[in-house]
Amino acid sequence: MIIVGGGLAGLSCAYELADSGMTVLVLERGDFSGSKNVTGGRIYLRPILPYLPDIWKEAPLERHVTKEVFTAMGKTNSTTFEFYSDRFNQEPYPSYTILRAKFDRWFADLVTEKGGFVIPQKTVDDLIIEDGKVIGVKSGDEEIGADCVVAADGIFSFLAEKAGLRKPYQPQHFALGFKEVIQLDSKTIEDRFRLGEKEGAAQLFVGSLTKEMMGGGFLYTNKDNLSLGLVIGLHSLNRREPREEVYKLLDQFKERPEIKNLIRGGSVVEYSAHLITEGGIHIMPKLYTDGMLVVGDAAGLGLNMLVTVRGMEYAMVSGVLAARTIKKARERNDFSVSSLAEYEKLLNESFILKEMNTFKNTLPLLENERLFTKYPQVICDLFEKVMWVDENPKEGIYKTKMAELKKEFFNLQTFKDWLQFRKI
Amino acid sequence: MKITEKLALDAFKNDKETHILLDQKICQTCKERFCIYACPANLYSLNEKGEMVVEFAGCLECGTCMIACIYGSVKWKYPRSEYGVQYRFG
Repeated sequence: MIIVGGGLAGLSCAYELADSGMTVLVLERGDFSGSKNVTGGRIYLRPILPYLPDIWKEAPLERHVTKEVFTAMGKTNSTTFEFYSDRFNQEPYPSYTILRAKFDRWFADLVTEKGGFVIPQKTVDDLIIEDGKVIGVKSGDEEIGADCVVAADGIFSFLAEKAGLRKPYQPQHFALGFKEVIQLDSKTIEDRFRLGEKEGAAQLFVGSLTKEMMGGGFLYTNKDNLSLGLVIGLHSLNRREPREEVYKLLDQFKERPEIKNLIRGGSVVEYSAHLITEGGIHIMPKLYTDGMLVVGDAAGLGLNMLVTVRGMEYAMVSGVLAARTIKKARERNDFSVSSLAEYEKLLNESFILKEMNTFKNTLPLLENERLFTKYPQVICDLFEKVMWVDENPKEGIYKTKMAELKKEFFNLQTFKDWLQFRKI
Repeated sequence: MKITEKLALDAFKNDKETHILLDQKICQTCKERFCIYACPANLYSLNEKGEMVVEFAGCLECGTCMIACIYGSVKWKYPRSEYGVQYRFG
């Protein structure tokens, strides 16, 4: 078996195969697994535990998230909602912040311990296809044959494209995520975010920071650094007037007092960028062909659920499901398209495709720019008026604010937005 | 912090040959210059002859330019084995 790509999907597939004694070769284009990977980010463990129960004890995860913070940003103000739950603070912890260069590298070592081969610095350039069947891969001058190829080659999946499994991509199906990793000692992080030892916070921002474009900001507390970044939809980035280079938005965001005080004294240690799929189920490629399966980002398995962003769980579980399919196909010694169709069935029965179906209507909502401009601003301005005291006699809170809320929210447009929201 | 200073923090192993090719015929007819605004590393610019150029050495390998350029000028592939950005945090 050849697995192209040593990220979460590829390594999960390799782990499962190696665990049952199969010969598996992972080809990773970076210097080590994780060296080309980027996340915001946070991983939810509970969906993965039934599929990969044994790997987590020593896993280099950062902090378990106990605090969820949502901030609506106006142009000069912001409103924050913070949520804490004891349930988030009980083992097994439901989610952790994560840095992929650390985690994937460790996971690759685990696969090696199980007897799998992870070969770094190996960029796969092409598939070898004979009579419509994938029979191997090409890397530089080298040709490597395989009974089955797993395309775990990330968001663009050049392999799925070469196998004719996917349509050309469009800007509305992607968002750009880019971030800085900012070093701060763990005590400072825990004090600033009011966290217990090893506890973490996940903060999402929506509003003026994206300058009317679809997207938002994120801040995750790692052990001794922060991941701070933005996500911007490529379609709205292309359409935005006046034109402005996207990288400047992160610098402007960092200048906001809400952020400035959180990162004070920290030093930037890395700047990274990655694309995120926003197309949901609408842009999923065909997931298998004769001799090949597609997993993880390559299979378009990612979802923006507005308040939670998903992808790593889908990657890992789709990798395991692909491995289960391959094990059965090996018993039959049949890697044809009909034999590998089992993979789609397993995906359909899993939480992955169920969730992707449930959230199939988020795309039009994400394209609704009022969500990223008007509503955050209205909320912030309302709070500002309530809290503002000056030389004039203060008006009754209910009367004036209700009038304002009616004006902003009780109109046809908002009603339509609400109807759209109900579809999710 | 300047964008070039940020890129200087990253570990790069640069190839002699580029992994990003532009079709100058398409670029000459482009008015919007999506690539300039979309590249998070600010690698796209117009040279003194008015041609679009890309400084591939600081590429973060996100591929945004390839998708943002709806005219299909950007031919983008992964850098050859052993080359490109190597994230230490990710």
